[in-house]
Amino acid sequence: MFDAAMIQTILLTLQLAIVTTIVLLLVGIPLAWWLARSKARGKEAVAVLVSLPIVLPPTVLGFYLLIAMGPDSPLTALIGRSLPFTFEGLVVGSTLYSLPFVVNPIRNGFEAMSRRHWEAAATLRARPLDAFFSIALPMAMPGILTGAILGFAHTMGEFGVVLMIGGSIPGETKVLSIAIFEFVETLEWGKAHVLAGAMLLLSFAVIFAMRAVETRFKSNQP
Amino acid sequence: MAHMPSKFCLGLAVAILAATVPFSMVSAAETTIAVAANFTSAAKRLGAAFEATTGHRVVFSFGSTGQLFTQIGHGAPFDAFLAADVARPARAVTDGLGVPGTRFTYAVGILALWSADPDLIDETPSVLSDPSLRHVAIANPAIAPYGAAAIETMTRLGVLDSVKARLVEGKSISQTYQFVATGNAPVGFVAASQVQNSNQGSQWRVPEDMHQPLRQDAVLLLRGRNNEAARAFLEFLKSPEAVTMMTELGYQQPGDTPRRK
Repeated sequence: MFDAAMIQTILLTLQLAIVTTIVLLLVGIPLAWWLARSKARGKEAVAVLVSLPIVLPPTVLGFYLLIAMGPDSPLTALIGRSLPFTFEGLVVGSTLYSLPFVVNPIRNGFEAMSRRHWEAAATLRARPLDAFFSIALPMAMPGILTGAILGFAHTMGEFGVVLMIGGSIPGETKVLSIAIFEFVETLEWGKAHVLAGAMLLLSFAVIFAMRAVETRFKSNQP
Repeated sequence: MAHMPSKFCLGLAVAILAATVPFSMVSAAETTIAVAANFTSAAKRLGAAFEATTGHRVVFSFGSTGQLFTQIGHGAPFDAFLAADVARPARAVTDGLGVPGTRFTYAVGILALWSADPDLIDETPSVLSDPSLRHVAIANPAIAPYGAAAIETMTRLGVLDSVKARLVEGKSISQTYQFVATGNAPVGFVAASQVQNSNQGSQWRVPEDMHQPLRQDAVLLLRGRNNEAARAFLEFLKSPEAVTMMTELGYQQPGDTPRRK
């Protein structure tokens, strides 16, 4: 039922979703913390910027990325290589695209934390970083898990951005959504069904598992 | 009072006539036509000329040929189909979606190897043999006829094996154009119609004996068989005026003599 190319596509998609989710958490948690805590003036402008991908069509975001990561762009000069048509490029694109779905729930988690917890920690002479790891992070964990689930799911199903900057290279940028699209286009609906079914099951399993973890976490909370 | 019924009948007859006339007779009608993406700008210009001469209204829906075909199969409200290949209109007829006997080749596409860099291509394909060339963009050969023609051309030139690992695929010829226009791919195979009237970059027009002809067929769909505007538009495509416009826009006609040997 699955040929080698299909398996390669499935593995690549999982790899992209996992790497992107990790990057999203590494970028998203500090960003959400800053948005929840900072009193900086431009804060809400940054929050709006982060949320823009919810509104922007992915093809528009992809087109901007194609230009922003082009061979003559400052970004390319900075990192010394051109990102379109590479796995790393997809990670960058998917991270930007899913950022609001990760940052917003985590920010809500941090904001729900009452000031008293923080002050109690300070009274106990916990240093801010210590307080962050021993109080803030555990309390925001449900939000972080929700963000991780959304980020992962969003990346699994990502199509528009990948389409615009990927170039459909097998083993590098040809992910499930692109492969399914190509099978539908070439009227190979049988293969499209197989991949779409696999994607459905995979997404269901992953989200189900993460939800189970989330529920356990919530029930363990004081 | 005795006259009422006949007046009513007359009124009804007029109403029925008024409702049916626009669809069956000479006055202006409206049609929705599915058009392959590579023909987008040509269709818009042809549509404007068509509306000006006939008074009919034409609305286009653009997409890839495969996508449009799938939509037509699932009841999309299109009266005619201008595809990028000959296979899909033929299949529309065998699947009972198209009107038999209305299929014809409205244009023959020309393939071009194009770069946004004005100095990269010297009117020959020699750039493809350059090992330092980062990427070559093509349209997905399984989906887009221009992509398949690009593969055929590179096979003929004997460069496919060396270029293969550096190919990047756009889902359509318009996306391939984007890859090249933004400089992310230094060169790519696009439709001549996309770069016909641009002074930017450099190009090599692929001689037509390098690949199967890029014949683009149109067909009247069952839904449009009584649509005056749809029939008129298909006729208009065969007119000298339309043919001249298409030539200017980078398309040929099936009977045209080859540009080069």
